[in-house]
Amino acid sequence: MNVTTAHPPTENPAPAGEPLEADGGPHGRRPAGPTPAHPSGVVATARIRATHNGRTTTVPLLHNDGPFHLRRLRAHGEQARVRVLGAMSAPLGGDRLALDITVETHARLEVTSAAATIALRGPTTVPATYDVRVRVGDHATLHWLPEPLISTQGSTLHQTLAIDLAPTSHLLMREEQLLGRSGEPPGHLTTRLTVHRGGRPLLDQHTAYGDPAPAWDGPAVLGTHRATGQLLLVDPELDTPREPRVICDDPAQGHAALTPLADPRALIATAVAPTPARLRHLLDTALTYAYETPTSQGLS
Amino acid sequence: MSRTALLVLADGRFPAGGHAHSGGMEAAVASGRVRDTASLEAFCRGRLHTAGLVAAGLAAAAADGYDALLLDEAADTRTPVPALRRVARRLGRQLMRAARATWPSADLDHLAHHRPEGAHQPVVLGVTARAAGLTPLDAAQAAAYESVGGPAAAAVRLLSLDPFDATAALARLAHELDTVADTAANAARRAAAEGVAALPAASAPLLDITGEQHAAWTVRLFAS
Repeated sequence: MNVTTAHPPTENPAPAGEPLEADGGPHGRRPAGPTPAHPSGVVATARIRATHNGRTTTVPLLHNDGPFHLRRLRAHGEQARVRVLGAMSAPLGGDRLALDITVETHARLEVTSAAATIALRGPTTVPATYDVRVRVGDHATLHWLPEPLISTQGSTLHQTLAIDLAPTSHLLMREEQLLGRSGEPPGHLTTRLTVHRGGRPLLDQHTAYGDPAPAWDGPAVLGTHRATGQLLLVDPELDTPREPRVICDDPAQGHAALTPLADPRALIATAVAPTPARLRHLLDTALTYAYETPTSQGLS
Repeated sequence: MSRTALLVLADGRFPAGGHAHSGGMEAAVASGRVRDTASLEAFCRGRLHTAGLVAAGLAAAAADGYDALLLDEAADTRTPVPALRRVARRLGRQLMRAARATWPSADLDHLAHHRPEGAHQPVVLGVTARAAGLTPLDAAQAAAYESVGGPAAAAVRLLSLDPFDATAALARLAHELDTVADTAANAARRAAAEGVAALPAASAPLLDITGEQHAAWTVRLFAS
């Protein structure tokens, strides 16, 4: 659906089961530099910039590009809202996609997506890249809550999320990864998440799932789970040290841990689950705990 | 310089307290995720390419002379759960004590002075390797080996596995271990120009989640 509307038909030719191997680049290598890897690949950078006009948040820049269609939603009080529509569901092999989100001083912005992002093989085995770059200014707030990313069989996607926060910024971020559609082995999905706060590194994580990542489905990494995700909350007012919480420690139904980072103003929940619904449930539970005050936590 | 120094440092009998830790193996055995030699090997492979690779990168950079305090901060950003940060610092403190007695050096004194509660173990390991005249690749090799050697030994005790089988599983990982050490040493070289972002940051969700769970157990055989 979104896939076909996102890419002009000429970019989506692959007759079923007819891989165009001859056009592919070297397997498993990410070509250096910004050059497009493949003629059929889409190169697109969408941009969102939110600012505060002294009264409320406005979104003066909403730049659609390639598969990204951005839409303003009705504001929630002072919080402006933007939804990423449509073709977000289609990084195909060779695509170079980027999304820049800037939230300026005192602005409050929520960015969501309308549908899951689906990484597909497309006409070539060349990797796709998807880079999300986020800057949140002083006393500004961003909620970045996209729908899950689904890695489908045969696809290769290298994703980066680079988040730059001011010391007074607020952030709520959720990312969910589903490895393969139902009953299907996943493609290869790597994600590098880097967060800086006031110029200092806060969190640096790299995950690699699906062949050829070694032992990604082994007992140290994901085990039998095929849904994994994280919730990150950065709140400068979190000044009381928070105790770690383990959520639902029945391994078969998935589990999560909500813990403070070394910088106690940041809480992270990491979850693994057998199904997308269980994953969302674990992360929603983690969010409820994250917003509890330490006092009410003691009473519960 | 001395090949023997590497053997001394990587020897399980080096008095740095590592034997009390299972590297997540105890939690994996308790949940049934590791129950035989095959799942032991899969666990070790996963740990090697995540926590092991990160440790090897930090150790190599420290052995290369990179600012140990910045590396300690980089280790924090790569360790999202407090239980594993505490374990890494406790092991770092124990290694520091043994290292200063074995290879006294101003670099070790400097790190101990600025991190009296203990620096992350791989950082201490790298500074120790430097003090012992070893190379960044040696330090990476020791860190990578330690990331699987401890869990394998723990599995033998927890599951009453045949030690020959566990050792054979480790030996089958030898080639991958070398690759991880090479990758880590190359990343450490890049870090000299590009900063700590060039160092590996591979993460394993189950090690993080179960590491925090395990810390809350009231009765356990291993400290982690």
